Amino acid sequence: MHESTREPGRDEPGAMEELARDPSSRKRFLKMAGGAGAASAFAAFLAACGGNDGGGGGGGGKQTSTAEPSPAGGGANASREPNADPRQGTSDVDILNYALRLEYLDTAFYAAAIESGLFRGRERVMLQRFRENEQAHLKTVRSTIEKLGGRPVARLETKFPMGSRLSVLRLASKLENGGAAAYLGQANRIRSKEVLAAALSIHSVEARHAATVDGLLGLPPAPQGSFALPLTMEEVLGETQRFVAS
Amino acid sequence: MAPARPVTPDLRTIEVHGMTRGSFIVRGALAAGAAYGAAAAGPYVHDALGQGGDRSGDLEILAFALTLEHLEAAFYERAARLRLSAPVRELAASFGNHEREHVEALQDTIDQLGGEPEPPPKVEFGLRDERGFLRLAQTLEETGVSAYNGAATRIGSREVLAAAGQIVQVEARHAAAIRAARGLQTAPRPFDDALEMAAVLKAVEPFVRP
Repeated sequence: MHESTREPGRDEPGAMEELARDPSSRKRFLKMAGGAGAASAFAAFLAACGGNDGGGGGGGGKQTSTAEPSPAGGGANASREPNADPRQGTSDVDILNYALRLEYLDTAFYAAAIESGLFRGRERVMLQRFRENEQAHLKTVRSTIEKLGGRPVARLETKFPMGSRLSVLRLASKLENGGAAAYLGQANRIRSKEVLAAALSIHSVEARHAATVDGLLGLPPAPQGSFALPLTMEEVLGETQRFVAS
Repeated sequence: MAPARPVTPDLRTIEVHGMTRGSFIVRGALAAGAAYGAAAAGPYVHDALGQGGDRSGDLEILAFALTLEHLEAAFYERAARLRLSAPVRELAASFGNHEREHVEALQDTIDQLGGEPEPPPKVEFGLRDERGFLRLAQTLEETGVSAYNGAATRIGSREVLAAAGQIVQVEARHAAAIRAARGLQTAPRPFDDALEMAAVLKAVEPFVRP
């Protein structure tokens, strides 16, 4: 049980960790949805947003082909205007390049964690497995971008503090919970069914990673309760920027 | 045609009764999972939900999801009657709560969309002890993850899709936690994949039609 041990200073929980773990962010979700119980809030959320089922169809005209994810219309699932098309302003290539950035971070993080020598035995085996998973994600995301005729963003230079087993596990928790929330935040913005299927099959593996690491930290596997919460592109990019060296 | 030796035989110990469309698809998902492993549920469900033509619609998908959640909620409720160690009891209680909230959320959503939520199916599990519970819990949760992932690409409404994502992430977290409790690798494969199971599609065809 490490819930009460919080490192001071640079390890102050960031927005991402808070959103990923703090039950008050669930309350925020419920408040946003305008209901008292989780179930009715969920339905109210659907009702509030409903009515644009299928609206926009292919939406082909809105595609942009910039390689950098554009924050415009940034996945604000929780706060966007009712009836707005969540896909507006972002192409599948944008979303995949955003995912690719996250996978660069994840693979670099696990490489550093394994190399740090802070982990042995089962935990080391776990880190190796997760690293292999992230490498497979990276490959799939990158080749999907290429298949769509997009240009994958260049590999990121990264920096991760490798202090102690505990601080590294906390960092892993942040990255994995954030990654799961990031994929969740994009699911309904993706246009292509194939890209969606790939994103979902990565999403639930990031969730497995997050739950595993949280278990090692003595935290519940589903910290937000019955419904996981999405994060927007801006939230995730803002929060992960400090791991990018440049 | 099911292979002679099923990959996940304990899924066969689950009985789902009822003549609703939801019960039918859940039975098929369990059969596909038993025969070919939990990951086969996704392609099966994807295919089964496509049978209704272009617009079999979100209500059918939600009816299937509701039946699945009823099944999972009932499963954890039964588990509570077993003699379980404290951490496993806590896990079962917590996951049971999640599944019940999923049930309520799906019922409300079906209401909102003008549908009629199907009643819970009668279900039976061959639950005897903690080991058996954990083993079946794992395969059931993994079948759920695969099924949601397989169904998701059929969903028309962006809001229903977002909501399904919120649920499937929690099912995946359950699966990992149960694997950890069993001392297993929690994410043995890089993808909870519907795609790579395309080869299975042909094999599960006999289950697809009523």
